Amino acid sequence: MAEKTIAGKQINVTDDGYLEDMSQWNEDVAKEIAKEIGIELTDKHFEVLNYLREKSAAGEALSIRSVGKSGVVDIKGLYKLFPKGPLKFSSKIAGIPKPTSCV
Amino acid sequence: MKNLLILGAGTAGTMMLNKLHKELDKEEWKITIVDQYKTHYYQPGFLFIPFGIYNKQDVTKPKYDFFPPGVDVIFSQIDRIAGEENKVYLENGEVLNYDFLIAATGTQTRPSETEGLKDKLWYKDIFDFYTIEGALALHKKFKDWEGGNLVMCIPELPYKCPVAPIEFVCLAEAYFAERGMKDKVNISYVTLMSGAFTKPVASKMLGDLLEEKNIKVIPDFYLSHVDNENKKIVSYDEQEIPFDILTIVPVNMGSDMVKRSGLGDDMNYIKTNKYTLQSDQFENIFVIGDAANIPTSKAGSVAHFAGEILMENILAAMEGRALPAKFDGHANCYIETGHGKGALIDFNYETEPLPGTFPLPGIGPFGLLKNTKMNHYGKILFRWIYWHILLKGKELPIEADMSMAGKKRI
Ligand SMILES: Cc1cc2nc3c(=O)[nH]c(=O)nc-3n(C[C@H](O)[C@H](O)[C@H](O)COP(=O)(O)OP(=O)(O)OC[C@H]3O[C@@H](n4cnc5c(N)ncnc54)[C@H](O)[C@@H]3O)c2cc1C
Repeated sequence: MAEKTIAGKQINVTDDGYLEDMSQWNEDVAKEIAKEIGIELTDKHFEVLNYLREKSAAGEALSIRSVGKSGVVDIKGLYKLFPKGPLKFSSKIAGIPKPTSCV
Repeated sequence: MKNLLILGAGTAGTMMLNKLHKELDKEEWKITIVDQYKTHYYQPGFLFIPFGIYNKQDVTKPKYDFFPPGVDVIFSQIDRIAGEENKVYLENGEVLNYDFLIAATGTQTRPSETEGLKDKLWYKDIFDFYTIEGALALHKKFKDWEGGNLVMCIPELPYKCPVAPIEFVCLAEAYFAERGMKDKVNISYVTLMSGAFTKPVASKMLGDLLEEKNIKVIPDFYLSHVDNENKKIVSYDEQEIPFDILTIVPVNMGSDMVKRSGLGDDMNYIKTNKYTLQSDQFENIFVIGDAANIPTSKAGSVAHFAGEILMENILAAMEGRALPAKFDGHANCYIETGHGKGALIDFNYETEPLPGTFPLPGIGPFGLLKNTKMNHYGKILFRWIYWHILLKGKELPIEADMSMAGKKRI
């Protein structure tokens, strides 16, 4: 675990940069993490991020498939918003834990 | 008389039936088991059929062979579990009452979930080896195939036996090498995961192994659809991979019965307490095998280890005691790697597969995360163990809880 200053805030992150505590998140934090990855956030991005945060707070395990069926965005759209890491990058920017794919 | 109802007579249901039949007082408990089919397939054997190592007879037995006397057996589709009423509705119109229920309806392949999969190339150039039909069709295809691109694709998680596709490409490499077709066949392993396997140490070991064999690993490929005209698979971010033969693990999902019962997640896996193996919704429903949504491998070995825990817990629940046992997610998989060798991994919820020896520290005889001849014999022996020990619910000389003895932390 490490501390990192993101958007002027001291934030606890894991070794690979996921927030330890999703309550330390705000829109500016999201924008800065996104910028590091190379993504400029739009309203559509935030719609997806808020959905992910809701589901994560409810303790639900997320998958690309389940997000694709959510009605918020389809899988193709998710890839367009978060190229190369539809679930990994979106989770990181949403301030929720790294997605675990079970074996 | 009280009723114990077991849904699904596959690996896990049959095993629990035999264990509980031995344990429960026959004056007090009536045991009923339900399945839609009469044939029991040894599914791990499907892997060997395309290569002519096993044939259909080797993997097929009547389910009746494994049912002890005095048990009620019903062959019917299960429509749904009504948890509030303690009743199960069958498609044949029967309604069954239960005091305790064990759900063991497993997971099934759903090729129709992927666009273009069950289309005009299905069982001509596109195959699964997760069903008896697919494995036999692929065997026929391989016999006179002249070579080209053989693409193994994993489109979705979770799927049962996560090592089977790795074993498949290893066996294919050996099979075509033995036929002198090494230069004519290009094998690639295409997966939505970021590496050959989900757990880091094993992923590295298995990734290296595939590389040694000249099998190309293509990670982070999330399959959108199959283009039948141009014989290509296409991902959601528009990568394309051409194939001559496509072998695929179709999307795996739990039974629709689970959905109709309102007990599952979005892949129809029953929401289950990963430690006690009790349904999250009903105290008198326990879940075992591939049907559960617990975060460990969907494998026969896991069902075996979970079975010991389930026994303790369901017997306690029947007597109104607190549940004593806690499952640790123990999995133990032999990985066939071709040319008469095999690897072995052993892990649980918390500990990823590590190198070492198994089950005796320093002695083995099986090497963990190592490619050895002995591990191959372990896999071959597994079929005998499956029919004669596992399904019959007998003890194996391996502990249910994973042990760190003989393992090296790295
Ligand atoms: C190719 C392949 C290789 C494998 N290799 C290995 C290996 O090396 N080692 C290992 O440990 N495991 C391996 N496995 C996995 C192993 O076979 C499964 O994990 C195991 O069979 C799971 O047992 P189960 O009882 O949960 O499900 P199953 O054995 O699949 O049984 C489920 C049963 O429920 C019945 N059913 C489902 N829904 C209904 C319904 N609605 N109505 C009536 N009946 C229903 C089905 O007919 C079936 O009989 C492999 C699997 C495959 C496909």
